[in-house]
Amino acid sequence: MTRSGMIPAIEIKSVQKNFGSVSIIRDLNLSVAKGERHAIIGPNGAGKSTTFNLISGHIKPSSGEIRLNGDVISGLRPFEINRRGLSRSFQVTNVFAHMTVWENVRCAVLWATGHRYAFWKNVDNLPVVKQRTAEILDDIHLTHRRDVPAGLLTYAEQRELEIGVTIAGGASVVLLDEPTAGMSHAETERAVSLIRRLTENRTLVIVEHDMSVVFGIADRISVLVYGQIIASGTPEEIRGNRQVKEAYLGEEAR
Amino acid sequence: MLELIVISTLNGVLFGMLLFLLSSGLTVIFSMMGVLNFAHASFYMLGAFFGYQLSKWVGFWPALVLAPLLVGAIGMAVERYGLRNTHRHGHVAELLLTFGLAFAIEEIVSMIWGKSPVDYRVPAALDFPAFTVFSTNYPAYKIFMLAVSIAIFVALLIVLKKTRVGLIVQAALTHPNMVGHLGHNVGRVFMLVFGVGSALAGLAGVIAGPSLVTQSDMASLLGPILFVVIVFGGLGSLPGAFIASLLIGLIQTFAVALNGSLASAFGPLDPSLGPSVLTDIWNVTIAQIAPILPYVLLVLMLIFRPMGLLGARES
Amino acid sequence: MSEAPTAPRPAAQTPSGGRAGFYAIWLIAAAALIVLPLIFSSGGSLTSFSLIGIAIVFALSYNILLGQTGLLSFGHAVQYGLGGFLAVHVMNAVASYNWPLPLPLIPLAGGIGGLAFAIVIGWVMTKRAGTVFAMISLGIGELVASSSLILRSVFGGEAGITTDRTALPHVFGWTFGSQLQVYYLIAFWTMISAIAMYALTRTPLGRICNAVRDNPERVEFIGYDPHVVRYLAYGFSGFFAGVAGGLAAINFEIANSAYLGATQSGLVLFAAFIGGTSHFFGPILGAIVVTYLQLDLTDLTTVWQLYFGIIFIGIVMFAPGGIAGLLMMHRPLIRAGTLGTVIPSYLVAALPTLALALGVILSIETVARYTSSEGDGNVINLLGVPFNATAPTTWLAAAVLVIGGFLIARLSWRRVAEAWDRAATSARDRGYLA
Repeated sequence: MTRSGMIPAIEIKSVQKNFGSVSIIRDLNLSVAKGERHAIIGPNGAGKSTTFNLISGHIKPSSGEIRLNGDVISGLRPFEINRRGLSRSFQVTNVFAHMTVWENVRCAVLWATGHRYAFWKNVDNLPVVKQRTAEILDDIHLTHRRDVPAGLLTYAEQRELEIGVTIAGGASVVLLDEPTAGMSHAETERAVSLIRRLTENRTLVIVEHDMSVVFGIADRISVLVYGQIIASGTPEEIRGNRQVKEAYLGEEAR
Repeated sequence: MLELIVISTLNGVLFGMLLFLLSSGLTVIFSMMGVLNFAHASFYMLGAFFGYQLSKWVGFWPALVLAPLLVGAIGMAVERYGLRNTHRHGHVAELLLTFGLAFAIEEIVSMIWGKSPVDYRVPAALDFPAFTVFSTNYPAYKIFMLAVSIAIFVALLIVLKKTRVGLIVQAALTHPNMVGHLGHNVGRVFMLVFGVGSALAGLAGVIAGPSLVTQSDMASLLGPILFVVIVFGGLGSLPGAFIASLLIGLIQTFAVALNGSLASAFGPLDPSLGPSVLTDIWNVTIAQIAPILPYVLLVLMLIFRPMGLLGARES
Repeated sequence: MSEAPTAPRPAAQTPSGGRAGFYAIWLIAAAALIVLPLIFSSGGSLTSFSLIGIAIVFALSYNILLGQTGLLSFGHAVQYGLGGFLAVHVMNAVASYNWPLPLPLIPLAGGIGGLAFAIVIGWVMTKRAGTVFAMISLGIGELVASSSLILRSVFGGEAGITTDRTALPHVFGWTFGSQLQVYYLIAFWTMISAIAMYALTRTPLGRICNAVRDNPERVEFIGYDPHVVRYLAYGFSGFFAGVAGGLAAINFEIANSAYLGATQSGLVLFAAFIGGTSHFFGPILGAIVVTYLQLDLTDLTTVWQLYFGIIFIGIVMFAPGGIAGLLMMHRPLIRAGTLGTVIPSYLVAALPTLALALGVILSIETVARYTSSEGDGNVINLLGVPFNATAPTTWLAAAVLVIGGFLIARLSWRRVAEAWDRAATSARDRGYLA
């Protein structure tokens, strides 16, 4: 439900996705308002990653439509969608393993700062790029590791770098796919405060299994089961919803 | 004219089946292991040369059995000691290993047997005309080749569809990682598949050798065409490889048989126009451009349908 | 944890010593190029240096594709050859029509030849990457090489097209008839090409090429179209390959279908890979090594190509980072001061490895002479010791060297690995990352 008159940041209308004869996503409807922090939860295999892949353009819907800030994006290539202001992270860490932390973030900054495919400028002499990269490294607390090849970071550091690369381009809509997966309790707390800080003034859609993260961050929650949203609402509404309890949370929500 | 068509069709189908014997092994190996075996055509060449040498020592029929086994053993060794160690460095490294191997095998073959064609003869038992088409005698040996190819094709089909091993291979064609999760000794399966694929290539070499020229550049001539077949049919698709093999086999065979050119059709160009690209193209015969036709097809396929005829799996 | 990167790039700024050290390396290289022919002034040396210069430009251009952008090409000789042919045609036109175009500008024509082809075919070619791109490059390479024999007016058939480099307008009295003058021309172009290609790696495009190599999927989600990135890389690579082809055309005063062929494509792949694709200077090393191997081995043995193949397989299996990778691997040990602990085990491992190599060489040469129909003679000279190819003692010696060498080498390399482990760990403890 959107506030009347405001275009939702993300709108998914009657989307279906088939792989061969199997429908992974069936009649999916979702609306995320601008500036909202929206969590998608659900059992494994429900189609959460597929939903992300549909939004970010990795795969095309079999039918239905997806809109970003009012414009149709279903069917566009991922980089076209990214240039319209949507960015995502990945469940399996997906950074540039052979490049240093600094270079990882810098690459993510280049397009947004307008340098595109420039082959006549020295990338070390671009002050705006340098500044932006330093800021983001500072935000994700990895400045002290800036010269380490990304493949040699610890797992938690890689996940944090992943988040940094995702927001570095200045996207207004951010999708985070299980950002705290595999993290210890302390690391998760750090990640959550990082995410909260970095997504102020942005729209966030986050897939998570850790309920403390979900209830700690989300303004609204949608529950995805077998390719359909069975409930959508505020955390209290979801906690009290009987269908959700049966399908996913169990009788006691953590 | 009709005679030309019939003979060329027979030869074309024969060549196509040969290509399929080779490309099927290549496709299965690629789908299962993610490795595009550059040395596949080299195994074909080894089969031909082993067949030749063994025929001289023990006769054609024992060679027909022994040579593919030898090549298969070499294939298994390559997988066990070469590919398996390079696997952790990525697909590029594996491809380069097979590339280096192809290079080395060609050099070894020309070192041992020389660079000229060897006298690999059709066995006396099959050296007679099978039937006569109009005025041409069609050799029985070629019918034998066709029969063997079809028999292997049918056997492959049965193995894939009806046996347990075949089911595993089919599963691995689309989900290689799962095969490991299911508890099969992946290493052993790979070694087996690589060995069988190589043996098939070797078998193709043994039977093709007497009919086509057996020479140390066999692999480098056939190799690129093999890859065109694979890419054209769609990487990882056996039916695609089958269609592409027959298609390219027929096209190439027909092209070689045709001596037409623009000049022969429309008459020579005005001789006062000196030599130029136009005169070159005008005078070239279809037979002369036959070797490059597969590559032209490749470029066209790339432009209009980059995933190939029936390809679905991303490499 | 995920597998560690094999040969991490040097830090974004400069190697140890700071910016001054960085510029010093380039200045020293330039000085060396100028001084080299004064020290080694024989005709043979000048020819070698010229060939190496051409090979360096060619190999560096290849690495824009492979090492920088992750594109493995089996048909790079096409851009090289087309550059060479365009250069030859331009040179002949300059001589016939008296254009005011001096020889030093001709490599530019070569570059344009390579670039034009890359522009025309590159968009379609770079649609796919990885294995498919490699196969397509092979097919296109064969297509062009075969077409060159058909289009005789452009490519001159088997004989190729010849030219005379002294027929162009002279510059400062230089006719470029002598190999010395040609060397300086090549050295000049090698230097500026290397500088240009290095500069390319420091641009936004160059950095994104690396990103595409590491993770093309991710690149889309930072706003870049990997297809465009690959296309641009392909264009640059084609240009510099064409420059190399133009230099070759000037050097040999001929361009023929061999320029375009699979052998040439294979050689540049060898050079880049043996030198090491993860570092900028890798292909430079590889070009030097491969050129010298080519020049020297052909005199020593008829089967030099087999040795190439074996060396290549060895590098792929045991040192995929190439020579540059092997060298740079030792950098943290040197800086931490722990290299000394590994050297003794290297020395111990060197002996059986050498024995193994000698045994392999002996075996190959024996088979080569045994099966050779030419009167190569039956005597193999290995380190000054004559071996008769037909004598069973030779075969026995070969077998002992190979088998014994292999078994002992395996043990000794295991000890090297242990020593390395210790040295690397203590280097890491002191803060020097591998």
